[in-house]
Amino acid sequence: MNRPGQALADGWTIARRNLIRIKRVPDLLVGSIVSPIMFVLLFAFVFGGSISLPGAPEVDPALYRQFLIAGIFAQTMIFGATITGSGMAQDLKTGIIDRFRSLPMAPSAVLVGRTTADVVNNVLTVFIMSLTGLAVGWRITSSVAEAVLGYGLLLFFAYCISWLMAYVGLLVRTPEVFNNASFIVIFPLTFIANTFVPSENLPGPLRAFAEWNPVSSVTQAARELFGNIIPGTPPPTAWPLQNPVLYTLVWGVLLLVIFVPLTVRQYQRAAAR
Amino acid sequence: MHATDGSTGGQTVGDTRTIVAQGLTKSYGSVRALDGLDLVVERGTVMGLLGPNGAGKTTAVRVLTTLLTPDAGSATVGGLDVVRDARRLRSTIGVSGQYAAVDEHLTGFENLDMVGRLYHLGARRSRERAWQLLERFDLTEAARRPVRGYSGGMRRRLDLAGALVAEPEVLFLDEPTTGLDPRSRLGMWEVISELVSGGTTLLLTTQYLEEADRLADRIAVIDHGRVIAEGTSDELKATVGGERVEIAVASPHDLPRARDALAPLAAGELTTQEHTRTVTAPVNGGAAALIGALRALDDAGIEVLDAGIRRPTLDDVFLSLTGRQAQEQTAPQEESA
Repeated sequence: MNRPGQALADGWTIARRNLIRIKRVPDLLVGSIVSPIMFVLLFAFVFGGSISLPGAPEVDPALYRQFLIAGIFAQTMIFGATITGSGMAQDLKTGIIDRFRSLPMAPSAVLVGRTTADVVNNVLTVFIMSLTGLAVGWRITSSVAEAVLGYGLLLFFAYCISWLMAYVGLLVRTPEVFNNASFIVIFPLTFIANTFVPSENLPGPLRAFAEWNPVSSVTQAARELFGNIIPGTPPPTAWPLQNPVLYTLVWGVLLLVIFVPLTVRQYQRAAAR
Repeated sequence: MHATDGSTGGQTVGDTRTIVAQGLTKSYGSVRALDGLDLVVERGTVMGLLGPNGAGKTTAVRVLTTLLTPDAGSATVGGLDVVRDARRLRSTIGVSGQYAAVDEHLTGFENLDMVGRLYHLGARRSRERAWQLLERFDLTEAARRPVRGYSGGMRRRLDLAGALVAEPEVLFLDEPTTGLDPRSRLGMWEVISELVSGGTTLLLTTQYLEEADRLADRIAVIDHGRVIAEGTSDELKATVGGERVEIAVASPHDLPRARDALAPLAAGELTTQEHTRTVTAPVNGGAAALIGALRALDDAGIEVLDAGIRRPTLDDVFLSLTGRQAQEQTAPQEESA
């Protein structure tokens, strides 16, 4: 087998290992599902009754739930991506990376395998989240093709964030430190966005941050592709939200271009200590 | 995969040296983990790398198995350079470390099967090999259980099995029995001796003198990142001279006086161990020396609890080479004089 083919096969071997782990340690999956379900219930039934949407004549919890679900998807995907980072830190800690490094496998395989398995994790998560959404009254009103595109974009964006998280995980080396560090980044990123509140409702500087935040654009794209834009909503004024698919793709590609090589290098460096 | 042509790594046809390290140096900040390490291991032999914690044993293994790049010096394994030919080298060696590098959540079979695939043995061969090894290491019954439920000894055996998946010509075992209970240690020793009787070249690191004595053909004593003595166990013991007279006294206050009383009889430096209340003196003349020692102590009025004569151990070798005991002492500090 040639080099790239071999690297892919190695990546698949590692992905299988991580998939078995998802099956054997369902706590991780459960953990990444329970908190988003709580968020859905919290926002749908507690905060939702008091958040006004531009375009809607009055506060309407049922309408808010249509708005909310795409935001919850985006947040869940990014939380899911953190599993990649804590997983890498965990592997470094247990010494299994030493075993991998002593084998004649492609250096990228451990990362390719890990991020691939985490996509599967995210697919399972988004499936459960969709069921939760349907249960609280959320509906997809667009075509099947658009819906598939919406899910695809969410998963792609999560995959790109996974590489960033893998880099951070290899940098900090301990799962506990990683979890603390990632929360400091993830909370502002997923809350100062149009995920739970329309960005128009935010004060000046926060609004600008939210409008250029890729979490907002992936949320906006999902809303459009699922047909969840509330009728009567004024069109967005910021360019990223006017072109959410393109803006999200640009961010994703940028993340990959920067963090794939950086992470592979960090992996080799982190393991060689 | 064994390269024997000179072009790949400096090994010429007929060269029986499987591992050759020259002047290996590696620093972590201001700490010199390796400080010009030279080592040669002949094909089909077992080399024991013996030294205390922090002597550089693990660093040496990590360099020789391509996990670390040395700051200076060079090394070849089976004629392949550990830096330039790293990837090719990895397919010819097996490594088992101090911390069992197995996946907790995978079963024993899944662990070995994965390693086989990553050695590029292919799916079928990987499966076959995994079952063979599980049987050989007495893990067949546990094969379908996640490793999380394995005992320490079982994990080590599985890790060692992982190192053997690709039937390597050269094997590196870094402290294979550290942290194991005595029974598991004996089991591990049996497995390793059986392994090397098949002709595998083995580099074994250990801080247990007994382990080196029992498993290794030759022993390299390593301290502060360099080899300070090398030879067979008998050769090393011969360097510290003949027998030892060992006297245990009743009262710790008598230790200095016992030492003074024995000094005229000793052929070399005496050592005292406070916590065992023992004075050890290298002597010539066998049983007669023991009688002389007892007489001298009796004349001095020192009560003797126990007395004996023994051949030198690797402990004595280490002590005379470094002025320290090889094994970590958790109990009272030992005083060497």
